[in-house]
Amino acid sequence: MRLAEAFERRPLLIAYICAGDPRPRATVEIAELLARAGADVVELGLPHSDPIADGPVIQAAAQRAIEAGMNTDVYFEAASKIRANVPLVFMGYYNMIFRRGLDRFAKDCADSGITGLIVPDLPPEEAGPLRAACRKAGVDLISLIAPNTPIERIPLIAENSSGFLYLVARSGVTGARADLQESTKALIERVKTPLPKAVGFGISTPEQAAEVIRAGADAAIVGSACVDLISRGDLAGLEELIRGMKAAIGEARPI
Amino acid sequence: MKITDASMKRFGRFGGQFVPETLMQPLKELAEAYGRLKVDPQFRGELSALLSNYAGRPTPLYLAKSLSRELSRKVYLKREDLLHGGAHKLNNVLGQALVAKAMGKTRLIAETGAGQHGVASAMVGANLGLDTEVYMGEVDIERQKMNVYRMELLGARVIPVRSGSRTLKDAINEAMRDWAGSYETTHYLMGTVAGPHPYPLMVRELQSVIGTEAREQILNAEGRLPDAVAACVGGGSNAMGIFSGFLRDEATKLIAVEAGGRGTSSGEKIADHGACLNLGEDGVLHGAMTRILQDPYGQILESYSLAAGLDYPGVGPELAHLVEVGRVTPAIADDGAALEGFSRLSVLEGIIPALESAHAVGFALKNPEALGEIAIINLSGRGDKDLATVMDHEGRGGR
Ligand SMILES: Cc1ncc(COP(=O)(O)O)c(C=O)c1O
Repeated sequence: MRLAEAFERRPLLIAYICAGDPRPRATVEIAELLARAGADVVELGLPHSDPIADGPVIQAAAQRAIEAGMNTDVYFEAASKIRANVPLVFMGYYNMIFRRGLDRFAKDCADSGITGLIVPDLPPEEAGPLRAACRKAGVDLISLIAPNTPIERIPLIAENSSGFLYLVARSGVTGARADLQESTKALIERVKTPLPKAVGFGISTPEQAAEVIRAGADAAIVGSACVDLISRGDLAGLEELIRGMKAAIGEARPI
Repeated sequence: MKITDASMKRFGRFGGQFVPETLMQPLKELAEAYGRLKVDPQFRGELSALLSNYAGRPTPLYLAKSLSRELSRKVYLKREDLLHGGAHKLNNVLGQALVAKAMGKTRLIAETGAGQHGVASAMVGANLGLDTEVYMGEVDIERQKMNVYRMELLGARVIPVRSGSRTLKDAINEAMRDWAGSYETTHYLMGTVAGPHPYPLMVRELQSVIGTEAREQILNAEGRLPDAVAACVGGGSNAMGIFSGFLRDEATKLIAVEAGGRGTSSGEKIADHGACLNLGEDGVLHGAMTRILQDPYGQILESYSLAAGLDYPGVGPELAHLVEVGRVTPAIADDGAALEGFSRLSVLEGIIPALESAHAVGFALKNPEALGEIAIINLSGRGDKDLATVMDHEGRGGR
């Protein structure tokens, strides 16, 4: 499914997992579990040795996954085996894409059922070549906006994004946070774009997910909280978290 | 030959800003502040006073007579080992710390491998009244205990990094993560010419004082330019610092000596060396496109060198470019050559070089013909910090 199609039924819940954690073979099953529990989009992280945008939880997951044998070939193989009627989105660092070759990587995404890419260390100034490759392969390249992105820079980022816009809820790295900052709400308001807005970084509870939807986001993204449960082997807890979040954003719908 | 364009974010196809969006604004503010300050007479005056009176510049250019006799040519040493703190690192730190102060920052964070950059940061943090926290890999903490103590003595906090390979590369990751959440109060004081723009440019300019002095000194001493200038390369700041004085002197060969470690091969996760200019491939590390050590999928390899300051799987993007266009010649000295340089220079000249700098000396000992008739070796630091490592290596139980 394409992202545009998925966003016809907003608000959405987007769930991130680190592919290959705890084992490469578990990824297909966990992705399908997420979709079954109510995730509308599954973000499949490709683990990198040097994840500079990630906090300790996702760093540790990436390290485990790499040690367990996850690599780019295994990643695409796993992605192509996932049977779930939701869009799959790649999330990963630019060097992994650059190393494989931009065109080849974008085509591998398209061929394995991945419809969009999120590359946290690729600002629009550096994204030209990958954008061209994605366009050729017919996949979306999703840009990120941070709380400290100056207002005059937002159009540059928004115009270079397709699929949706990823609003980073707070400065710093990925990881659960107890509080959702007031600035997140301001950020959602400040960003004017025809693209759907998905908010991530620090969302770990149904209440927080509902809060960003009420503040005007089209989707809530949950990442570290999922990865944390997977690291404890608590798939029942993961299913419960996703169900809880999905229900909470459904109720939050009348904005 | 087009070498570099100082105003650009790139050096040929290398450099750039491959960083999370959260860091784009702090980098822009830093580039603007630095661009403004570097032409500001008051800032320049302050920096130059600190460089002379606190750091001890200019450093001598010393004709190493015994070494010259042994190699049958004139070899000069640029004595950055005599700079306060014992290495060239202070040139960069003083400049960046003054920029940080002018920007209203109250806290410095730095990464360190050998501990020299951490020590320089701690000294300047103390001197200028800035809180200083230094990220250092656990492996490096173990092999550079003395420098850890020095940093603590100077009032800095050393934060052990336990992620990844627990060395310099991971310390940089941690510092970048910290900065993404702390930039409002904090300056990230990067210690070498790597990283995203403006670091490669700014650090090279702050270190260029080495090359400016050396060029003037050699002209005074010899009435002509040297045939070669050799420097060791970790990230590349001492090399770019001295090379920048001679970039336009095309008859002067610029030799970048990288760590050959214990061999030129690579395992699945660990390379046996730190020789990115010689053996690396294009890729992105720490925000820049450069030459890096990586596996076939793009995972960064751990590097290896006996010298902690050369133990880095990336290299400054400008050096990658200068090698590509043929202006800089890459070379390798392995652990053995460095140890040879370490002991020979001690005995011949009464100068104990840092193990990093000893790579440049070791290269010269093995390849004297590459130096021409008159050469300068950049002696980037002194070797006191390395005594335990060398004693260990000799089986004398240094720690
Ligand atoms: C004495 C000395 N020389 C050289 C280096 C390598 O750094 P660079 O290549 O940036 O000069 C270090 C790094 O710690 C050092 O301490």
